[in-house]
Amino acid sequence: MNALFVLIPIALGLGAAGLAAFFWSMRDGQYDDMDGAAVRILIEDDNED
Amino acid sequence: MNAHTALAQTDSPPLCQTTLAVPGMRCSACIARIESGLTAIDGIAAARVNLSAKRVAISHDRKLDDLDLTEALQRLGFEAQAVEGLPMRGSLQDRELLKALAVAGFGMMNIMLLSVGVWSGADGATREAFHWLSALIALPVIAYAGRPFFLSALKAVRRGTSNMDVPISIGVLLATGLSLHETLVGGEHAYFDGATMLLFFLLAGRALDAEMRNRTRAGVGALLGRMGRNASVLHADGSTERMAADTLLPGMVMLVAAGEALAADGKIEEGTSAIDNSMLTGESTAEQVGIGEQVHAGAINMLAPLRVRITAAAHDTALAEIARLMEEAGQSRSRYVRIADRASRFYAPAVHTLAALAFAGWMIAGAGWHESLVIAIAVLIITCPCAMGLAVPAAQVVASGALMKRGLLVKDGSALERLAEVDVAVFDKTGTLTLGEPQAELDTVPLRALPIALALAQASRHPLSRSIANALVAKGIAPARLDGVREVAGDGVFATQASEAVALRRPQTDAAQMAVELVIGDECWPVRFDDRLRSDAGKAIDRLHAMGIDSRILSGDRNAPLAKVADELGLESLGNVSPQEKLAQLEQLTAAGTRPLMVGDGLNDGPALAAAHASIAPGTASDASQQAADAVFIGERLMPVADAVTVARRTMRVVRQNFGFAIAYNMLAIPFALAGAVTPLIAAIAMSLSSLVVIGNSLRLAGAAK
Repeated sequence: MNALFVLIPIALGLGAAGLAAFFWSMRDGQYDDMDGAAVRILIEDDNED
Repeated sequence: MNAHTALAQTDSPPLCQTTLAVPGMRCSACIARIESGLTAIDGIAAARVNLSAKRVAISHDRKLDDLDLTEALQRLGFEAQAVEGLPMRGSLQDRELLKALAVAGFGMMNIMLLSVGVWSGADGATREAFHWLSALIALPVIAYAGRPFFLSALKAVRRGTSNMDVPISIGVLLATGLSLHETLVGGEHAYFDGATMLLFFLLAGRALDAEMRNRTRAGVGALLGRMGRNASVLHADGSTERMAADTLLPGMVMLVAAGEALAADGKIEEGTSAIDNSMLTGESTAEQVGIGEQVHAGAINMLAPLRVRITAAAHDTALAEIARLMEEAGQSRSRYVRIADRASRFYAPAVHTLAALAFAGWMIAGAGWHESLVIAIAVLIITCPCAMGLAVPAAQVVASGALMKRGLLVKDGSALERLAEVDVAVFDKTGTLTLGEPQAELDTVPLRALPIALALAQASRHPLSRSIANALVAKGIAPARLDGVREVAGDGVFATQASEAVALRRPQTDAAQMAVELVIGDECWPVRFDDRLRSDAGKAIDRLHAMGIDSRILSGDRNAPLAKVADELGLESLGNVSPQEKLAQLEQLTAAGTRPLMVGDGLNDGPALAAAHASIAPGTASDASQQAADAVFIGERLMPVADAVTVARRTMRVVRQNFGFAIAYNMLAIPFALAGAVTPLIAAIAMSLSSLVVIGNSLRLAGAAK
């Protein structure tokens, strides 16, 4: 029983962290250009800077 | 990420942001070329491409304007248009929906975790603690994730109507209220898990629906976006002034530079050029224009500067008139009631009556207030249209994905529903039944002249030249070596070969026909162009006929070329039809009780496309037509039109099956609920099971377009 007082907050904390990460990535614009993100990896970057 | 580095300079002059639509970009090479090409230009600090939206955001110096930027992109090989008020990101509403979905998912999983504990036998203080914890998670989650439903239900109730969101909101709110009460009094059953799971599944349905709408919106620009937004006006004293399009007046004279879009309708006073009318007609062939000829706003001057006296400006242009017609015609479509809302008209009163009856029944049987209320609410929870909320969008998203692989983009779910109902098809001719591109007929030209023709054709970007070049390259001809090649706008391409003058020029005699002359020395051969039918037009029309859909042709073209096409396909046809008449014909068909499908490409089809029960446009159509149409098909074949109807009908069959499953599940569950035997465990299992069945059934549509 006592273990629950530790485990449940951990479970909730992990879930909340995932949710926060999703919100952050959305605000950061990571879902704005899904097609672009997929093909950008193929761009050859020849100027090294 | 080299695009961002230039932003770091702090002492640079203030930058401004411009967003341009670049419909032509497709691949990683395009992104690289645009981003590095633009940032290399002096005055441009950064450029960022959004491939999904086909846009590029440029932050640049104030001294560069839209025209400079479009020209810069033109030099990189991309056609671009400045479009105002286009956000780079998806709409705010869709983002809210996704956020709500994420929150509901978080709440559902955590509450389910606690519920599993309760179901496996936790009781006493542990159960109470779990219920309290569930309530603590559920209340903010439901308040946040339920907002889209609550707001929409509230709006419907205020208008005195009902939609699917009304029973959903009532169900969720009552379940939450009951569970809260049970938690307070330390009762046995709390339905927080059911309420959040319901919201999660329903939000998933909404998100799928929104995703479908977004997929196609990207490529379609705004109708009036391409109309020139300002023009150089030549005053009587010889000075010129840049004026905004809506301040132009009839009688003014505007100077139109090569590459500029016309901002008003007018007559040419000076100069000859070729204009690109694809915005208005959807036809790619540049039109030769000379003094005295009428030109329309939205057309692009391609070759030489023109002086145009304005005859109609701002809201009186032909383009604005058609836009107005389209807007009016489109209103009937917004009155269309989607199947889910039609279903809820019967569904909501039925379940609410049932719940009321359960309450009354148990009261009469002497069960007491509390127990009767609990049972009535259990009936509402168990009948809450969870599977129904998924029944329509799941099937439609899978079907539209299948159609997309076949080259047909369907704009939204309502379009699929309307496509399934059509019973008459109306086709435009040019660009719809035919390819809309001139095909060169080179049979009359002797073999030895072909390499010269190719070399001349390759020297010009005129559409007729390109057509000749394409035809000859396909035949495996290699170009001849020519000297002194020069192109004369509106006349042709001229050169010499072995001291003999050669030319590909516009015919000296009959200028109305689409033709050119190939001249080598003293000899001269005519090359005619023909607009061919799409290769499978006949087959596609036969398939539509087999489905009980008769086709006819309605064209703005002259009767003679139309009759040829109509005879070949064995269809009824009507020629010389104006946009207004097309609209009237469509309205007549609707008034006669049929549900017409309009397939067309030109702006002259725009009002008819908007007025039809459902409409499809080819990918080569004018922007306005693509916007008015429910679906856009890509490629040379006409078969996607028939595929669209087939798949739409299959989708509706699956949707009806899904409704059947949802109702059958309710039939099974309601007796338990009425008998007071439903526990949160049973509700959770029944709910997820019925949703899985509906999703599984919808996935069968993945191969529907094969």
